[in-house]
Amino acid sequence: MNKFISVLVLLCLPVLAQAAGGGHNEYLVPAPINMDDKVSLQRGAQIFVNNCMGCHSAQYMRYERVSTDLDIPPQIMKDNLMFTTDKIGETMISAIPGDLAKKWFGTNPPDLTLVARVRGADWVYSYLTNFYADDSRPWGVNNHIFPDVGMPHVLSNMESELGEDKFEEAMADLTNYMVYMSEPVRAERERIGVYVLIFLVILFIPVYFLNREYWKDVH
Amino acid sequence: MSMFNSVMGWVDARFPATKMFEDHMSKYYAPKNFNMWYFFGSLAMLVLVNQLLTGIWLTMLYNPSGEGAFASVELNMMRDVDYGWLLRYLHSTGASAFFVVVYLHMFRGMMYGSYRAPRELVWIFGMTIYLALMAEGFMGYLLPWGQMSYWGAQVIISLFGAIPVVGDALTEWIRGDFLISGITLNRFFALHVVALPIVILALVVLHIIALHEVGSNNPDGIEIKKLKDENGVPLDGIPFHPYYSVHDLVGVVVFLFVFLTVVFFFPDGGGYFLEKPNFEPANPLKTPDHIAPVWYFTPFYAILRAIPDKLLGVVAMGASIAVLFVLPWLDRSPVKSIRYKGWISKVMLALFVVFFILLGVCGVKAPDVHVEFLPFEMTYRVLGQIGTAFYFAYFILMPFWTTKETCKPVPERVRMAH
Repeated sequence: MNKFISVLVLLCLPVLAQAAGGGHNEYLVPAPINMDDKVSLQRGAQIFVNNCMGCHSAQYMRYERVSTDLDIPPQIMKDNLMFTTDKIGETMISAIPGDLAKKWFGTNPPDLTLVARVRGADWVYSYLTNFYADDSRPWGVNNHIFPDVGMPHVLSNMESELGEDKFEEAMADLTNYMVYMSEPVRAERERIGVYVLIFLVILFIPVYFLNREYWKDVH
Repeated sequence: MSMFNSVMGWVDARFPATKMFEDHMSKYYAPKNFNMWYFFGSLAMLVLVNQLLTGIWLTMLYNPSGEGAFASVELNMMRDVDYGWLLRYLHSTGASAFFVVVYLHMFRGMMYGSYRAPRELVWIFGMTIYLALMAEGFMGYLLPWGQMSYWGAQVIISLFGAIPVVGDALTEWIRGDFLISGITLNRFFALHVVALPIVILALVVLHIIALHEVGSNNPDGIEIKKLKDENGVPLDGIPFHPYYSVHDLVGVVVFLFVFLTVVFFFPDGGGYFLEKPNFEPANPLKTPDHIAPVWYFTPFYAILRAIPDKLLGVVAMGASIAVLFVLPWLDRSPVKSIRYKGWISKVMLALFVVFFILLGVCGVKAPDVHVEFLPFEMTYRVLGQIGTAFYFAYFILMPFWTTKETCKPVPERVRMAH
């Protein structure tokens, strides 16, 4: 009976897995993220504060955390990556006043701290690399991933300067940084997790034999 | 040792410490043929302790207000406080783990007839714990104040609006406002961290007192108290401590391995334990495209949506949980355990598992979407209706098939699992 039910449940698993998948956008491509690549994360942080933070905030992220986690010395952080405050303990708030932004773009630019967790890394990367010219839109651009988006193609200069390959690399760095920002502790939790699981495997040995010792006389 | 004995003697003259330990541990005789399904009771206790301890510390970091709640989670817990993220993930994963463990624990009871006389009250206290747990989970889910917190609560609270005459006034009374607001958040916080934990703890005590009064059932559904030795110890019983305390320890380590793998490597649980829209702060002006409750509510949500009429849907959802309470009186089989029941019981129980899981899938999906894994055209709405029909048929027809089918003879003594 147990086996019968286990088999039935196992048969249901692919059904559940399939049921979990949603619709597909042909422009959605996998983001090449790597949380261990500090250089990429630093470049991503640089692109983020220079280009995104004109309009977007990251109100749940402090400059100091970025500086510590990404090995950016505080003085370099203050001199090159902080434009709206000189206090490194502050959260990353954009300079643009909310009502003005709404007037310019028709909507408030959303906070970006957690966007990689809301939309997923692939979405962010694909969105950043999928702007195209469209004269029917107010800014002359549209996006395959987010149709009729209110945001102009802020990085179009960067795209034409760098060329397609280098631009995609830069967007991978930016996506990498945004994934880091959405959960700064991710690398640390995975590192600790390995030790926790190793500990449990070792703990299993005495626990298993303790149980066997007590139960050897029960028939 | 004599020092210990004299201290215990002093205590025992004033408080029944040794007596309680013997009654519930060292001289509580459990059947010796428990299998792996019997781990989930002690694991539920473990998860409860995890929820209480992590919950207490999270309360220290949390700000129960509409303005501050989301930031207190994302800034205080997830970023500023050392290991705040660990407390949060232990608690959020613990909520899902609680339901996994409790569902398996309930299924064990259904499989081996653990709800049958004289254990009806054990089952009813257990079902009441499950009900309180659903309320606890629902109220806790509002607290991070994300989009799904907000709109999930909006959907569930609006269900009370389907009740004739008093419906609208009732929803307003529950929310404490005309829409879900910081006021709702504050009262849910109070209920989640004070009222319901007290209720759940009290019910767990009742559940265990009732269990230890009648004794545990077992995979053979045999009453071990029928056959005792000259000292009054059941022949098929062994002391819970040390036999099952060391046995459960093995289960605890295996469970922790799975649980902590999720906590440290997949805390989102694939978007099911922490739903993606919940990383966006609650916004009363922006309805998410698709509102799905957390996975542990989805079978009942599917039953709610299966009925086209809102009031009848609410009634069906209530009935789907209420019917579980009377399960001890629906099963009229001469035997307790599925091992000795007839083939109809076996097929029906297996189908029940399949349909319960399918209902869970239906509750996640939008109703008009076509079911991808079927070879023919069918929407999730229709699948949910079929699942709902089977769910109720299972319970309504149980008194008939359990009395009609031929059962196997039950042996005198229990069979060992290995």
